[in-house]
Amino acid sequence: MRIFPSLILLLLLVATGCTTVDNDRVLLKIWALGAEGENVKKLIPAFEKENPSVTVKVQMFPWTAAQEKLITAFASDNLPDVFQLGNTWIPQFSSLESIQPLNKLIENSPVIKKENYFEGIWETNVIDSVVFGIPWYIDTRVLFYRTDVFERVGYNHPPATWEELYDVSLRIKKTVGIDEKYAIYLPANEWASFVIFGLQNGADLLKENACYGNFSSPEFKSAFEYLIKFHKQGLAPIGISQTTNIYQAFSEEYISMYISGPWNIREFKKWMTDSLSDKWMTAELPGPDKNTPGVSLAGGSSLVVSKQSLHKDFAWKLVEFLSRPETQLQFYHLVNDLPAVKSAWQDSIFVNDPYMQAFFNQFHHVVPTPKVAEWEQIAFSKVQHYAEFAIRGALTVDDALAKLDSDVDRILEKRRWILENKN
Amino acid sequence: MLKSNRTTLILFLGPAIGAIVLFFFIPVLMALLISFTDFDIYGLADFSNVRFTGFKNYMLLISDPVFWQAIKNTFYFVVVAGPLSVIVALYAALLLNNKLVRFKAIFRLTYFIPVITTLVAVAIVWRFIYHPRFGILNYILDFLGISAIDWLGDPFWAMPAIIIMSVWKTFGYNMIIFIAGLQNIPVQLYEAAAIEGAGRWQIFRNITLPMLAPTTLFVSLITMIGMFQIFAEPYVMTNGGPLNQTLSIVLYMYENGFRWWNMGYSAAIAFILFVFLLIFTIIQFKIQKPENV
Repeated sequence: MRIFPSLILLLLLVATGCTTVDNDRVLLKIWALGAEGENVKKLIPAFEKENPSVTVKVQMFPWTAAQEKLITAFASDNLPDVFQLGNTWIPQFSSLESIQPLNKLIENSPVIKKENYFEGIWETNVIDSVVFGIPWYIDTRVLFYRTDVFERVGYNHPPATWEELYDVSLRIKKTVGIDEKYAIYLPANEWASFVIFGLQNGADLLKENACYGNFSSPEFKSAFEYLIKFHKQGLAPIGISQTTNIYQAFSEEYISMYISGPWNIREFKKWMTDSLSDKWMTAELPGPDKNTPGVSLAGGSSLVVSKQSLHKDFAWKLVEFLSRPETQLQFYHLVNDLPAVKSAWQDSIFVNDPYMQAFFNQFHHVVPTPKVAEWEQIAFSKVQHYAEFAIRGALTVDDALAKLDSDVDRILEKRRWILENKN
Repeated sequence: MLKSNRTTLILFLGPAIGAIVLFFFIPVLMALLISFTDFDIYGLADFSNVRFTGFKNYMLLISDPVFWQAIKNTFYFVVVAGPLSVIVALYAALLLNNKLVRFKAIFRLTYFIPVITTLVAVAIVWRFIYHPRFGILNYILDFLGISAIDWLGDPFWAMPAIIIMSVWKTFGYNMIIFIAGLQNIPVQLYEAAAIEGAGRWQIFRNITLPMLAPTTLFVSLITMIGMFQIFAEPYVMTNGGPLNQTLSIVLYMYENGFRWWNMGYSAAIAFILFVFLLIFTIIQFKIQKPENV
């Protein structure tokens, strides 16, 4: 029986032996998600050449398991030195106190400066004026639309205002028949469009230091009513999201407008071939009126440095390396992720790409979602839940928004307690 | 003698019991404790952020309409899909046990394949079958003159769609067990009944069914316990929608625990599910026992 404990001891020895590195070499671990994880490996040799004492180990993991894996890694003190975070996750990880404030490092950095980035994107990384992450690549949502369908109904430009968006939808619906086809796809069970239009209308989604829900505000309510009008009047389909291939639907004019991000450009190009290849375009989102530009969501991923990291200096060097304009361009060629650094956008590959102009312009009008750890839960489990109820007529708009607010208040109870008792 | 016996016991049972205690009883106990706290992402950051809340999670659950919806959906699923799966399995087993059927092995294999196929792959294929515009099911319905149904997008049809798929996926396993049970029934009983001039229904009612009682108990228990834990089907096919009509208890537990990190709340859901399972198992034992004796 004595064999058993000694076996465990032996295993432990082996396990710890694996993580120790020779004194003169530094092992830097970086975790990245999905395609980024696969491709960032190709950038690393140049960094290792510049820093001969460093060996970088890249680990890739899928988006679907990302948050779970990072949080368990945090709980077991196993976070890597540098890792990628979807920028809406930053509030969560900063409230875990797992990521390093970067203000001091930025002050002394020759590479990373706030003004190199789009303002709204940078803002997603800042919580109470502390910077927690550096934008790595960015995305936002714009309007994808069928130019030929627009011309057919007498529009030679994308909708600039909510009024025009509604008007063009009505016209499209008239030409494509009563119930077979639709004008625009606004997924009833996704929070994004509801939040975007609410933000466009100047709604504060949460109030009193983000401690209470504020979805019953007149700004959010009128945006919400504006959107579900599309569903109620048959301009947007309701229950097709589970199975429909959106690209095929777009190519068949089943829908003629879709609000989506840069990750879909390649797919749309694949489906809109031959005679259709020049029949679509991207455009900035319409605004509530002529004088207010339509804002969109500040999306993308940031690079963060773990608080537990023993090599923060090298970790920061790696972040700086990945933030250089030339590295950012290289990365775009590898994965088609849009560069976060503004100067990279002056490259001909972006200037000459007609689909990119809308994105470049839109990035000047992007805003972050509320920066609280609970936001993901609020958006995914509550906003889209009640939006779907209102669209399907299971609740009136007022009831849906009131219930949404009271649910959000309950979710934020812990936040209120923490703010009251811990500071 | 006694001493060496004890050594043998410890030697052989010790590791297994140790593992069960370490990997089962201790985590379950921890989960029970967590269900009385508000352990969440803040608690993960700093343990002093965890508050002992007594029965608050359970009270919140009782007043949570989404949780009631999840319970309703799960019961709907268990009550319809459970018996359906057992009946289909019994019927298939009877057919396959018939002497007149040829190519038994092929049929057995065909019916059993869904059981061993990965659920995620199956669910994706079924999503195509259920496709409102291009799915084969609506194509057949259209052929029969029935207008298209948006299987997974319509709040009314989403659960039936999941039930159909789930029965198709699970009945093969029960069928194999029923076949084993059928083969254990002594042939003499059937011969005696035939001599007495009993009809086919009488034979089934008075010989096959009573003799299969223990098998049926086992099959329905296993099926029911499995079905209470329905998770992957709605997770892959509908993500609980539309209008939460396919949200199951376990899916709700998963979302609260591993998406929103409300561990306390999630643990409370787990224990409520445990109580349901316990009650149902006891009821099932009580119902089926007298026939068994």
